[in-house]
Amino acid sequence: MLEYGLLAPAMFGGLIVFLLVGFPVAFSLAALGLAFGFVAIEVGYFGVPFLQAIPARVFGIMSNDLLLSIPFFTFMGVILEKSGLAEDLMEGFGQLFGSVPGGLAYAVIFVGAILGAITGTVAASVIAIGMISIPVMMKYGYDMRIGTGVIAASGTITQVIPPSLVLIVLAFQLGVPVGDMYIGAIGPSIAQVLLFAGFILLVSIFRPHMVPALPPEARTLSGRELASKLAWGMVPSLVLIFLVLGTIFMGLATPTEAGAMGAVGAVLLALAHGRFSWRMVWQASDGTMRISAMVIFILVGATVFSLVFQGVNGGKWIEHMLEGIPGGRVGFLIFINIFIFFIAFFLDFFEIVFIIIPLLIPTAVALDIDLVWLGVLICVNMQTAFMHPPFGFALFYLRGIAPPEIKSRDIYLGAIPWIILQLILVALIITFPGIVDSFLTDPVLLDDAAVTLQLDALSMPELDMPALDLDLGPLPTPPPTNP
Amino acid sequence: MQALLSLASGIDRVSRFFGIIAAALVAVSCSISALNALSRYALDVSSNAFLEIQWQMFAGIFLLGSAHVLKLNEHVRVDLFYGSASARTKLWIDVFGFLAFFFPVCLMMVYLSIPWALTSMYEGETSANAGGLLVWPVKLILPLGFSLLVMQGGAELIRRVAALMGVIEFDPAYEKPVQ
Repeated sequence: MLEYGLLAPAMFGGLIVFLLVGFPVAFSLAALGLAFGFVAIEVGYFGVPFLQAIPARVFGIMSNDLLLSIPFFTFMGVILEKSGLAEDLMEGFGQLFGSVPGGLAYAVIFVGAILGAITGTVAASVIAIGMISIPVMMKYGYDMRIGTGVIAASGTITQVIPPSLVLIVLAFQLGVPVGDMYIGAIGPSIAQVLLFAGFILLVSIFRPHMVPALPPEARTLSGRELASKLAWGMVPSLVLIFLVLGTIFMGLATPTEAGAMGAVGAVLLALAHGRFSWRMVWQASDGTMRISAMVIFILVGATVFSLVFQGVNGGKWIEHMLEGIPGGRVGFLIFINIFIFFIAFFLDFFEIVFIIIPLLIPTAVALDIDLVWLGVLICVNMQTAFMHPPFGFALFYLRGIAPPEIKSRDIYLGAIPWIILQLILVALIITFPGIVDSFLTDPVLLDDAAVTLQLDALSMPELDMPALDLDLGPLPTPPPTNP
Repeated sequence: MQALLSLASGIDRVSRFFGIIAAALVAVSCSISALNALSRYALDVSSNAFLEIQWQMFAGIFLLGSAHVLKLNEHVRVDLFYGSASARTKLWIDVFGFLAFFFPVCLMMVYLSIPWALTSMYEGETSANAGGLLVWPVKLILPLGFSLLVMQGGAELIRRVAALMGVIEFDPAYEKPVQ
């Protein structure tokens, strides 16, 4: 265990201690990196110029086009939350499916998936769906564990369905094209919706009283009115999905630009609903700035940590340890999935992606594991991080909007079946890699996209491949040499 | 102490000012990005300057906004223990964190990035892309952002020490930021 020196294991142990202190992660991580950096210089792992590379590394973050999509997608999510789209969708589909047992739950899953295909952040979906469906569910006698569970779970579908922000950040860290990650995530997204709906179907068969159909007097819309309600929800949704996903898949826009266009589309939609105000745009900008600064600073801190950790042979040490896991490829996959599942109880996905994922990549490559497939797998696994009681974000939002009659205990217990469903999906992806790969290797789709991207690259180089460069040095200019 | 506390609220206003700039950059860069994508396909017009201004603004968003985020206590923490600690313990943890983690990191970043940015400025560094923008101004944002952080960190430390001394009421309540 100590073939690569004491510093790397000590640093890894220090990581746990420093983070648990409870000081903001970004600065704790960087402090850990600096402290060990000075020790390493003293011991002779590397010289002072090694640390002088830090500004250039941070500049690699500043000048990264892909990371720019974080504020854009966040901005879009905040605007969309206030645009009234989710309400239209939820009311329309709630009425449409209301007549069958479990209908409201199917509507929640379905709307969660549509919102997921439009936006890339979880908060918007959970809040919007919950605000509308919780009162209806309570009024007509839904079991609220099932009710809150299905809302939280459907809100987190966003994370796996393109254009998910998690997939973008993962692609950035794994150094694979975002487009490939998106295509690879299509299969698991569909599988997840089917799993969720299948669970509701089973509940409606074996425990029908938990998910009753809406009585006729609750189904106020019919015929033309219902059709118009559905159109108000579906037409803008399809336009937005085209603006964001369509342009990415057809190679018309980079994921970053697609996020920007989606945000503009969401603003137009808010205008159409008469909900637009400059105040709303300002609040969204301010909120987006705060989230972006918080997230990117974790990455800055993680960059300082990683630089020093690699410098003290931490990468080799981790690789050596992971190679020691029995069972080769499958053993490795099972280990990292259990590890990420448990670490997700107290770290958020940004922290996991920025700190943990880089440590796993060399071993995954050595074991000949496709990084796109691995990224999608980890993404599905990390989705549970939003549902873990008591810290999961989706549960947290739900608690915020649920009336006091709903006990926190019910929200927590209600999340458990859905976490199990997600773990089943993880197992399915490991057992049948085709869920991810079959969409990926579709030759026509990939070639078209690749060719178009190539053509695009002629006029604007470096658009789709900044990810790997980040770890090697600054884009797009060489670092000034320090004497 | 009172003088220090008014210094702290003065620093707050400086950070807020840069926070407003950073927030405005979100809306502006988003509009530029969408318009650039549209004009490229609708009118076949695009330029490297438009592409580069986007990431330069992105750098502004997170570096200029960070000090204000610190003031709002929205830099994410692992709250496994912190969340359930008493208010006084939280204050002590923060005082320790600022002194042991925060200031060494931010001062080091300022120290390292000033010569790095100045070198670029003296060389008048520009983008290597055709029609690209100047690069050195955006490099200056790095020391600026961390200097703002150092100042805001000082303000936060003053307030927490004052709270521990019983001079002011200060609520160190922390909620995970909404993502």
